Amino acid sequence: MSTPELVRTRAVESALATNKLIRNTYTLLSMTLLFSALTAAASVWLRMPPMTYLLGLIGAFALIWLVLPRTANSAAGLGVVFAITGLLGFSLGPLLSAYLSLANGPQIVGMAFAGTGVIFLGLSGYALTTRKDFSFMGGFLITGFLVVLMAALANIFLQIPALALAISAAVIFIMSGFILYDTSRMVHDRGETNYILATVSIYLSIFNIFVHLLHILGVMGGDD
Amino acid sequence: MELWMKIGSALLLVIMLIVIFPRARQMIAESPKGSAKEWLSALIPLGLVAAFIVLLVMMV
Repeated sequence: MSTPELVRTRAVESALATNKLIRNTYTLLSMTLLFSALTAAASVWLRMPPMTYLLGLIGAFALIWLVLPRTANSAAGLGVVFAITGLLGFSLGPLLSAYLSLANGPQIVGMAFAGTGVIFLGLSGYALTTRKDFSFMGGFLITGFLVVLMAALANIFLQIPALALAISAAVIFIMSGFILYDTSRMVHDRGETNYILATVSIYLSIFNIFVHLLHILGVMGGDD
Repeated sequence: MELWMKIGSALLLVIMLIVIFPRARQMIAESPKGSAKEWLSALIPLGLVAAFIVLLVMMV
């Protein structure tokens, strides 16, 4: 095979691999989002106590840190992804129940859900169609995330409502940036190649946007 | 929030910081420098997200 043909063949193979990665990631992402919506509905129906939120997060992060790295390259990784997203969805039950009990609670939850969908589809669509490389944002986003984590840690004990609101706004901004970053990593060759890890990454951004959008809308629009 | 839930949440955040920190250092070190044009192409959609949230807040 001559050099130009070899280059062309490699380019075609790379494009096919990228398309497969994107297709697999979005298929798995939509299935996990649906699954977590079902577990969240079950958690609301079962009237789970507030501690479910914390325990669900601990369980999900234990799976992300301890189990997922060992299983991401095997079929078992799929089961782990569903366990993580199912747990995270289930953990939302007490939060959703609290918001749904407000006078305009169903409207707030519905708007947070629809708003999260619009933000995700808009940003992901933008990164996919423009095929821009957002890898330069990595350092900025992770630094911002660490600052937000430290602020959230302080506010657990300080309990300043304005700081909680500022943290929610910052989390939405950073997670929106991570959607651009993660989507562009799938599109470009030197980025993510594992669809299970890509799915978990994008899912966590969507989850955080939903929770913090719910908080902002609840504070700004709650009747109580 | 009950005290044990505050302590549990704080512990989770501390563990998160400890686990993420090495990866963060690696990401910061490996992150390429973006040009002004590249930053603008990222900040425009993020600005639209902010405007969209303001719109949602006004609607609710």
